[in-house]
Amino acid sequence: MSSQTPIAIPQTPEAPPETIIEPGKAATDERYYYASQWQLIRWRFSRHKAAVVSIVLLVILYILAIFAEFFSPYTPDTRFEGYQSAPPTPIHWIKPNGGGFGPYVFDTVRELDKETFKYIYQPDETKVLPIHFFVHAEPYKLLGLIRTDIHLFGVKEGRVLLFGSDRLARDVFTRTLFGARISLSIGLVGVFISFVLGVLLGGISGYFGGVVDDVIQRVIDFLLAIPGLPLWMTLSAALPRDWPTLKLYFAITVILSILGWTGLARVVRGKMLALREEDYTLAARGAGASAWRIITRHLLPGFTSHLIVSITFNIPGMILSETALSFIGVGIQPPAVSWGTLLQDAQNLTAVAQQTWLMIPALFVIGTVLLFNFVGDGLRDAADPYAR
Amino acid sequence: MLVYIIRRILMLIPILILMSMVAFFLIELPPGDWVSTRITQLEMSGVQVSADEAARLIAQYGLDKPMPVRYWRWVEGIVMRGNWGFSMQWNKPVNEILAERVPMTIVISLSALLLSWIVAIPIGIYSATHQYSFLDYVFTILGFIGVATPGFLLALILAWVLFAKFGFSMLGLYSREYLEAPWSFAKFLDLLKHIWLPLILVGMGNTAGTIRVVRNNLLDELNKQYVIAARSKGLSEWKLLLKYPVRLAINPLLSTVSFILPGLVSGSVLIDIVLSLQTTGPVLLRATLAQDMYLAGSIVLILSALTVVGALLGDLLLIVVDPRIRFGRAEK
Repeated sequence: MSSQTPIAIPQTPEAPPETIIEPGKAATDERYYYASQWQLIRWRFSRHKAAVVSIVLLVILYILAIFAEFFSPYTPDTRFEGYQSAPPTPIHWIKPNGGGFGPYVFDTVRELDKETFKYIYQPDETKVLPIHFFVHAEPYKLLGLIRTDIHLFGVKEGRVLLFGSDRLARDVFTRTLFGARISLSIGLVGVFISFVLGVLLGGISGYFGGVVDDVIQRVIDFLLAIPGLPLWMTLSAALPRDWPTLKLYFAITVILSILGWTGLARVVRGKMLALREEDYTLAARGAGASAWRIITRHLLPGFTSHLIVSITFNIPGMILSETALSFIGVGIQPPAVSWGTLLQDAQNLTAVAQQTWLMIPALFVIGTVLLFNFVGDGLRDAADPYAR
Repeated sequence: MLVYIIRRILMLIPILILMSMVAFFLIELPPGDWVSTRITQLEMSGVQVSADEAARLIAQYGLDKPMPVRYWRWVEGIVMRGNWGFSMQWNKPVNEILAERVPMTIVISLSALLLSWIVAIPIGIYSATHQYSFLDYVFTILGFIGVATPGFLLALILAWVLFAKFGFSMLGLYSREYLEAPWSFAKFLDLLKHIWLPLILVGMGNTAGTIRVVRNNLLDELNKQYVIAARSKGLSEWKLLLKYPVRLAINPLLSTVSFILPGLVSGSVLIDIVLSLQTTGPVLLRATLAQDMYLAGSIVLILSALTVVGALLGDLLLIVVDPRIRFGRAEK
C-alpha cells in the first residue's frame, strides 16, 4: 500500500496538537494536518505485517476477478463433453525422457469401471501436453472493450482443469474466477449503499438531535433486533425469478443494505455527537457556515479513518451474506456464477465426498473473509491515534 | 424498579406490532395472490376448481377486502385464535408445522449461547491472568479465526469431513429410527449425539467474541486499586479473582445478549439448513423457495419476536444480577 519502508518509521512524531489549526488560515493548515495524519496511519499500517500481506492478496484477488477472461483458460460455460466431474489435472514440471523443464499436464482418459459403473479418470502418461502461456483460445472482450482471444495459459490439445470439472463438465477454476466477480463486487457495492445511507442518516441523527434523532435511533434499534437472514431470504425469494442477473444482483445488494447501514449510522452518529460540541464547530457556526458545510467540511474529516475501518469490517459480512443466499438458492440464480452458486454443487454430501474439488470455492470465501478481517484489524490499529 | 420493568415490557408492544407489519408485508409481497396460486396449484395436480370454489377461497382469505382489513384479520387470527394461517406447500395449518420446530430452534439458539459462555469465560479469565503467555496468543489467534470464519461454510466442511473420513452423517437432529418416534430417554440421548455439532458451530463466532470481551474487561479490572488492596490484605488469589474482578468482567455479557441474539438466530437458520436439522431454518428455506408466504412470514415474525423477547430477558437478568443497575434505577 505504501512505499514507506518499515525502517523509516521507528520514532514517528506524534500528530501535531490540535491547537495548531487556527481558524484564520484553516484551509492550508488543515490540509497539511490531514496529510500528516494519513501519513501516520500509513506508517502504522505498514508495521502490521499480516495486514499488508492481506491487502496485497486482496488486490491480486480483485485483479483476477476483473480480468477473469484473461486469467482463466476457458469460459464459464465451456463444456468438455465426456469429462463430467473430472478431478483436477495435476501440473508436472520435469518432462519425461529428458524433454526439459516446464509446466505440462498429462492427457486424461476416461474409463468405465465395470463393477461400480462409475467413470474413472486416469492420466495418460504417454501424452505430454505442455502448458503454453498467452495462448490464443476462445475470443472475449477484455473489460467489455478490447476484443482479443489471448488467455494467460492453456493447452493446445486436451484440457487443463486446475480445480477439476463440475457435473456439467465445466472448468471449476474458470468458474471460480468468474464467480469472484459477483462475490467480490457485491461486498463493495453493498457497502457503498450502506455507507451512503449510514452517513446520511447517522449524520442527520447526530447533528440535529432531538426528534429526528429519536426517530432514526428507534428505526435502527428495530432493524438491529431483526435476525437478518430470515428477512433477507424471504425478501429475495419474493424477487421474480426471471429477472436478468444484473437486476437481481442490484436487488439483492439493496436487500442486504437494508440492514447493513445501521452499524455505520451508529458510528457516524456517535462521532458526530462528540465532534459537534468541539470549539471549532461552534466557531464555524458562529462564522455563519451552513449545516451541510459544517458536516462535510469540519465533522466528516474528523472521523473518516473510523469510517474506513467500519467499512472494511462490513465488506466481508456482505460477501458472506451473498454467498449464503446464493448457496441456499434464493440469491443469484444460475447460469450466473458466484461463489455461492458454485457451492450449491457442494450441498450434496455424497457428491462432495467423491468430488472434493467442489469445495474449493468455499476456501476462497473463507480466505477472502479472513483477509478483509486482517486488513480491518491493521487499519483499526493504525487509525486509532490513541492506540497504545 | 417495577416501573422500569413494566415500561420495558410495554415498549415491546410497538416493536412487535411493527414486526408483524413487516411479516405481513412479506406475505403480501409476491406478485399474484395466495388463492390464484393455490388454484393453479390445484389445477396442475389435476383438480378442477369451480368458480364457486374460487369465490369461497377468496372470501375465506378476505382477498376481496382492502389490505388493512386483511392485515387485521391475520393478526386477529394469531392473537385471538393462535391461527397463523395455512401453508399451501404442506397443505396444513402453519401451527402444526411449527409446533415442534420452534421449540427446537429456541433450544439450539439458547444452548449455543450458554455453551459459548461456558467455554469462553474460563478461557478469557486465563488469557487475562496470563497476558502475553503462549496460550494467550494461541487463544487470540483462534479467536480471531473463529470470529471471521463463517459458520455455515464450516458446517459444510465439517459435515463433509465427518462423512467422508468417518462415514457418519451428521445431517439431521435424530437418527432415522427416532425421527418419528415419540419422546423417550433413548431419543433424547440420540439427540445429544447429533446436537453438539450445530451447537458448536452456531456458538463459535460468539465464543470467540466473548473471549475478547472477558479478557479486555478483566484486564481493566485487574489494574484497579481494590484488587491491590485485597491482595495486600492476604486474600487468596483464586478467591480474590473470582469474587470481585471476574464478576465485574462478565457482567456486561448479559447486556450484549440483545445484539448477539439476532446474529445467533441468523447463523443458526443457515447452519440448520446446511445440516438439515428439524428446526425452523430448513422449513423457512423451502417455504421461501415455494413462495409459501404464510409459512415464511410466520417464521420471520416468530424468530424476530423471540429475538426481541430474548433480548429483553437478558436485560432483565442484568438487573437481577447487577446491584449497581438495580439500585441506580431504584433511586430515580
